Amino acid sequence: MHPAAEFLQEKFPDEVVEVMEFRGDTTVVVKPGRIVDICRALRDNTRLSFKYLSVIAALDYHPQSPRFAVVYNLYSHRNHDRITLKAYLDDAAPVIDSVTSVWSTADWHEREAYDLMGIKFKGHPNLKRILLPQDWKGFPLRKEYPPRGE
Amino acid sequence: MEQIERLPRTETMVLNVGPQHPSTHGVLRVLVELDGELIVKAEPDIGYLHRGIEKLCEGRTYHKCLPLTNRIDYLAGEVNAFGFCLTVEKLLGIEVPKRAQYIRVIIAELTRIASHLFWLGTHAHDLGAMTPLFYAFREREKIMDLCEMASGGRLFPLYFRIGGLAADLPEGFVEKAWEFVKEFPEKWKDYDRLLTENEIWKERTVGVGVMTKEEALDWGWSGPMARGSGVDWDLRRDNPYSSYQDFDFEVPLGTREGDTYSRYLVRMQEMLQSNRIVRQALEKLPKGDIKVDDPRISLPPKEQVYSDIASLIHHFLLIEEGVKPPKGEVYQAIEAPKGELGFYIVSDGTGKPWRVKVRRVMDGLGLSNPAFIKTEHLIADS
Repeated sequence: MHPAAEFLQEKFPDEVVEVMEFRGDTTVVVKPGRIVDICRALRDNTRLSFKYLSVIAALDYHPQSPRFAVVYNLYSHRNHDRITLKAYLDDAAPVIDSVTSVWSTADWHEREAYDLMGIKFKGHPNLKRILLPQDWKGFPLRKEYPPRGE
Repeated sequence: MEQIERLPRTETMVLNVGPQHPSTHGVLRVLVELDGELIVKAEPDIGYLHRGIEKLCEGRTYHKCLPLTNRIDYLAGEVNAFGFCLTVEKLLGIEVPKRAQYIRVIIAELTRIASHLFWLGTHAHDLGAMTPLFYAFREREKIMDLCEMASGGRLFPLYFRIGGLAADLPEGFVEKAWEFVKEFPEKWKDYDRLLTENEIWKERTVGVGVMTKEEALDWGWSGPMARGSGVDWDLRRDNPYSSYQDFDFEVPLGTREGDTYSRYLVRMQEMLQSNRIVRQALEKLPKGDIKVDDPRISLPPKEQVYSDIASLIHHFLLIEEGVKPPKGEVYQAIEAPKGELGFYIVSDGTGKPWRVKVRRVMDGLGLSNPAFIKTEHLIADS
């Protein structure tokens, strides 16, 4: 198993839901509640050293439930490996804590996830639309949003 | 006589920079707060070139996403398709034949040189030096010609396919590429002589836009931007894909504390390293197939489509229904000319991606970083 997955299972036994392996990628599904603690632990562990956040992807699995998920892909320059964290969010009001305090680069990733998928990040310093105009209605990457205009 | 009290005006001024017209490079609007000529605060406004590529990908087969991916970074068209193809191939669990891998490397590294040349020309132009642009574009044009030769396209070659390449290299390509590889280091000296020790150039780049190593990691910098700050990281070397482990090359690092001049030096050296990789790939170019031998992924040869009913059906099905990766999610990143370019693709087992998330290089640039548009710099230098 990926050392980071082992580390999380040991350190956060109540938070880790599942560890998945697919095509060499390891994904750890965690509960959304303590995401900031989990991320900080992965960053500050000297052996794992995930000091770099590659991407935050917001996913919509409509019509499945739970519908929304947030995916964090982390990179370790020390070991040259990656780990993916995934948290499923509530259907009606998808909210998760912001990880901007762990990696500054999360700022724009989270703004984009908010702008296009409507996921709220609690504690984000400046959570407003980033790509679309501020007065835009709706969240285009949600599955019910039409791919082209009327 | 009326006494007029004169007080120095101490309030700051807000200046709106841009948005630049789409035909100029990088459409961006920045709101800057100025105290005289010094920047106090800067807030960038991006999104002027947002085209909804991620949403568009969900409505078409994997192959039909390729023209969209070419446009993510239009200065390095085929490199974006490179990343997308590798991600879908990872989903499928396949590896393309060695010859295709080498040809992909040749095109990708030539594209890197072209992208860096564009940066060099326009960067110098923005700082008031007109001449380097003409030299840089002279060589870039030759790379465009090579792309055109291989695929018919210049900015958007659309040459890579899921499972390999659209076609083998045309006759004469290797010779023409050799010509370029041999003369490029000589031409490179022209740019070097124009700028590297140029007093005005140094005056405007040394000590400007300083980013420490820690800041660079924290703000998600990658590629030459991060290496300029001393982050020793290159995905081609550290997580090799497409046979990069077969080539001998160095990863240049910034020699000074992460300023614009340091990033300039890194990119300059990278061009020579890319040239070196192309040279080795041309030397060692293996013979063999250029796409995987799997009827569920590769199109049949065109001659057979016109003469054989089974091949016609096969062609039709692949175009209409597309390749069908198994259910799953993967992330794959490559070293694009400007940094880490990654795709996170969710497959639901059908011929169309359920979700494509592109990790553009821009995401990591952290233009929102107050340290990047460095406050307390002169407006003209930033």
